[in-house]
Amino acid sequence: MIHYHRPQPLDRTFLTRGVVVLLLLAANGLLWLAGRFVFGIGAVTNLNNQYPWGIWIGIDVAAGVALAAGGFTTAALGHVMHREQYHAVVRPALLTALLGYTMVAVGVSIDIGRYYYIWHPLIMWNGSSALFEVGMCVMIYMTVLYIEFLPVVTERFIGRVNLPGPLSPLNGPVDRLLRFLDRTLSRTMFVFIIMGVVLSTLHQSSLGTLMVIAGAKMHPLWQTPILPLLFLLSAIAVGFPMVIFESLIAARSFGLKPEMHILGRLGRMVATLLGIYLAFKLGDLFIRETFVYLTRVSVESVMYVVEVLFGIVVPMRMFLAPKVQKSPLLLFIAATLVVGGVLLNRINNFIIAYTPPYATHPYFPSIGEISVTVGFIAILVLLYRVIVLNFPVISLPDRRMMPASKYSVRG
Amino acid sequence: MKSTSRRSFLKAGTAITAVAAGLTPATAHAGPTNVLSPNRLGVLVDTTVCIGCRNCEWACKRAHELETAPLEAYEDRTPLREMRRPDETALTVVNQFANPKAPDQPTTVKVQCMHCDHPACVSACIVGAISKQDDGAVLWDTDKCIGCRYCMVACPFQIPAFEYRKAIQPRIMKCDFCTDRRAAGMLPACVESCPVEALTFGPREELVRVAHDKVRRAPDRYVEHVYGEREVGGTSWMYLADRKFEQLAFPTLGESPAPGVSESIQHGIFAYFVPPVSLYALLGAVMWTARQRHDDEEDQS
Repeated sequence: MIHYHRPQPLDRTFLTRGVVVLLLLAANGLLWLAGRFVFGIGAVTNLNNQYPWGIWIGIDVAAGVALAAGGFTTAALGHVMHREQYHAVVRPALLTALLGYTMVAVGVSIDIGRYYYIWHPLIMWNGSSALFEVGMCVMIYMTVLYIEFLPVVTERFIGRVNLPGPLSPLNGPVDRLLRFLDRTLSRTMFVFIIMGVVLSTLHQSSLGTLMVIAGAKMHPLWQTPILPLLFLLSAIAVGFPMVIFESLIAARSFGLKPEMHILGRLGRMVATLLGIYLAFKLGDLFIRETFVYLTRVSVESVMYVVEVLFGIVVPMRMFLAPKVQKSPLLLFIAATLVVGGVLLNRINNFIIAYTPPYATHPYFPSIGEISVTVGFIAILVLLYRVIVLNFPVISLPDRRMMPASKYSVRG
Repeated sequence: MKSTSRRSFLKAGTAITAVAAGLTPATAHAGPTNVLSPNRLGVLVDTTVCIGCRNCEWACKRAHELETAPLEAYEDRTPLREMRRPDETALTVVNQFANPKAPDQPTTVKVQCMHCDHPACVSACIVGAISKQDDGAVLWDTDKCIGCRYCMVACPFQIPAFEYRKAIQPRIMKCDFCTDRRAAGMLPACVESCPVEALTFGPREELVRVAHDKVRRAPDRYVEHVYGEREVGGTSWMYLADRKFEQLAFPTLGESPAPGVSESIQHGIFAYFVPPVSLYALLGAVMWTARQRHDDEEDQS
């Protein structure tokens, strides 16, 4: 017997105790952020001429992009390889990616000194700059993500457009516009889906190229010409764990039954992807003979070992075990380890490994920086909640035997 | 119905490829200027001559309209006790090192932007706001800069500084080789102000000859190394010293240009858009096959 699942808005209350905590964290972050706009970056952060980049780049941007990889990996699996059984996780993953990239864009804008010039790269090009490539790809990809999400909006409102009072004469035209969009998108969506995957592979890897130019200022454990490849492989490996992580949290938060039949199978694939990443990571360690740095106990060597052991090796072993694939708790732990491992890897690459020659004391993020980053994450979770309560994102079992989706390819 | 969707699939796919291919030439030629003229200028700093008077610091601040104490205040040598770096308030600083050969005559070293021949900052800048000029100067353009500070991450000498305390129009601050003064026929402020001629300004090629000549004539006075002649592919500012340069807080750098590896990766990934377009085509093919197989299975069932 086939179970048909259909995405639909969830019927839950918005305000819970957790939501109140998140609202407070968000408000605190925004308060510190206001300080940055009034008094400058130096007033709120611990950045200086030796350490020009901190956690706003290392976490908000670099880790943000990596952890939004669930969007393109599930799109590749569900749409490009056309595995329909995974369609139930594509929309939540798409929403996470959409919100993640929006945070990345906002994160970049607040970190650059002249936020009002954020559009400059659009017309002022520097083809040799890795940052230029990352910037352009992220901008285009974000647009693609919004286009991929449009069907969710049209599906929600077609036949249900009900504008208030004086705007009600527009109901008809808006509905026709939505129907037009829906028709056009259903025919052209595959263009955007493939584009999204290509753009993702490009900027996920170029994000790794970013630190290559820092040369000897970066610790040899991480400074390698294959950094772009390692960034791409780790992004691909973290995509499904992020989907598992987020699905299990959402299931618990909304009191739904976790989709273990899908998540367990995703987990099995993760083991292979992690294995490929690990092979390149260790191969690089031995070919460049940088393992000598692991014989000395230092912040760098400890962080490297933690990253590889708990972020790659342990979860890889876990995902291989059938017991883990069946248990929501174990699956959640394994996924969290991978997510934490990639987060740590981005922090290591952008912050721990970066050792400028004339620094008198190491960088540690200020309370302001941490508050803003935590605030952004809180806002992301809140937006996710608002959207899944109002739009058809999360799939619920549907007894009316509805077709899985109207179109074979949908966002 | 099914065949129409397949045809439109192919049509749109071709259109995308054509658009991407059309973009190629424009992108290949985009980027800031990086001219390496044989007549580019430079400065040779002889650290064995420098007396640490810091007149250059004062002259630099005056020339760039930065806040400064009167020249007399610079006779106070206490700031030399701690190691300093050029920052947003001082584009050049002098640092002092103990001299084992003559304890009462410490070695002093002026620090500023090296004006690399293959600058990492020029390669890194997202909007091409930094450029290498014909005359050797590496200049920053305030009209383009977005304040991302990637130049600071890239610089092997850790020179560019940022105005962290400004909420609006913060600037990247670094030595501009006194471009405005030179345009008016004057010497760079530091060179002009040096009372002992520790700084020699002139065409870089000539300076390299002068430097080697000096070392050959007084081999006891200098180590046989002109710092900046080959470091990161050569710099406009070069140094002579009586000891190994790492003892004077110079970074030990290879001879290949700093942006080299990064640029070859970057151009390799893009290579006239061939890899991304091929990937697009490949994924398109996979998607089409997967859908066809799926449709066939549905037809049979």
